[in-house]
Amino acid sequence: MIRVELPAHLRTLASVNGEVMLEIEGRATQRSVLDALEARFPMLKGAIRDHVTQVRRPFLRFFACQEDLSHESPDAPLPVEVATGKEPFLIIGAIAGG
Amino acid sequence: MSRVRVLVGTRKGAFTLTSDGKREKWDVSGPFLGGWEIYHLKGSPVDPNRLYASQSSGWFGQQIQRSNDGGKTWEPVGNKFLYDGVPGTHQWYDGTPHPWEFKRVWHLEPSLNDPDTVYAGVEDAAMFRTTDGGQNWQELSGLRGHGSGPHWAPGAGGMCLHTILIDPKRPDRMFIAISAAGAFRTDDGGKTWRPINQGLRSEHIPDPTAEVGHCVHRIAMHPSRPGVLFMQKHWDVMRSDDAGDSWREVSGNLPSDFGFPIDVHAHEPETVYVVPIKSDSEHYPPEGKLRVYRSRTGGNEWEALTKGLPQSDCYVNVLRDAMAVDSLDSCGVYFGTTGGQVYASANAGDSWTPIVRDLPAVVSVEVQTLP
Repeated sequence: MIRVELPAHLRTLASVNGEVMLEIEGRATQRSVLDALEARFPMLKGAIRDHVTQVRRPFLRFFACQEDLSHESPDAPLPVEVATGKEPFLIIGAIAGG
Repeated sequence: MSRVRVLVGTRKGAFTLTSDGKREKWDVSGPFLGGWEIYHLKGSPVDPNRLYASQSSGWFGQQIQRSNDGGKTWEPVGNKFLYDGVPGTHQWYDGTPHPWEFKRVWHLEPSLNDPDTVYAGVEDAAMFRTTDGGQNWQELSGLRGHGSGPHWAPGAGGMCLHTILIDPKRPDRMFIAISAAGAFRTDDGGKTWRPINQGLRSEHIPDPTAEVGHCVHRIAMHPSRPGVLFMQKHWDVMRSDDAGDSWREVSGNLPSDFGFPIDVHAHEPETVYVVPIKSDSEHYPPEGKLRVYRSRTGGNEWEALTKGLPQSDCYVNVLRDAMAVDSLDSCGVYFGTTGGQVYASANAGDSWTPIVRDLPAVVSVEVQTLP
């Protein structure tokens, strides 16, 4: 089970409280986690990564295990602590704007 | 007794303001979709409880929200706005080619006869349509494809398609406006378009009378007379009596012919409202006096409407989609400001009162007259 923590506005958009728990088939990567997240919450399509290019939106970052994974390959395996549910995969909105 | 519901889009959420036909006491609900920019929300003319809202954010992009209960609850629907084919380029501010990039939906115009059909005007400028209540959106690509697209350029707010008017007598005829390209008309339901800018003069472009490149801020019509159009251009208030084929200036005695919104009285097709704004770039009322100007002669002769509006030290703006009229008798007129006030007049503009004073900056105002 993968734990995903969404920024507040996306929790509201998806009507969820707290962390999202996802079952992932196969290897846990950014792509497989986001695919599963968007399959369960279709309203999040386009809100985290581009509809077509699947590139992360520029004001969002991906953190886990106190590391910035934003610039890792979307197909790179996530840390074992994320894959085993020990640590959450964090989707963070930039602290910017008014 | 009839009621009115004012739909307000702001920089930080949507609000609904409701009153009975007297329009004296108001209930304020919201914010809905709090924290997001709501560029526009509008109800279906055939199902007033069906509302659509454009919700966007620099962080999370574009969402479209739909309500089936008059704005009490909302659900996200489709947000995939993909240009048809290879998008190509338009002009950037410096005249260099710049690729077309979707940024946000500025305006949502529900069909006059089908609550599931809605037109969307977007930035970078294009028009989209849904026929399934917002789940799926297809571009009406004949607009961008008609040939002049590479010569369009953004205004200060972006290259936005901000106005969509549907001819109630000829539903296949629509008028749209783009900053800064100009006005366009389709007579075949959006398959083909042609620019309708003859008579416009814009001194800030290389050819002041060019076919495209004009910064049109807003156009308006009276539904009983859809061949007559009124336009607030970047500078100049204009009028067309032939469905946009030609335009003439009707700025007359306005203290500034710059402004953003323009609207028409619900029962008097020759009564028009504008809000003069000082420019270049100041974009606040001349002399710090917030004045709506009304012409009862279809332009040229304008009177200042000031009763109830601040007449000193007022430096707010009124954006292009932030004025609307109801269809009660007498006609109600509404507008919102970047200072967060929504003003209402229940007597066609003779006097004004603020419904609310302290909302986030108001981007859009629409009104529904309900049974």
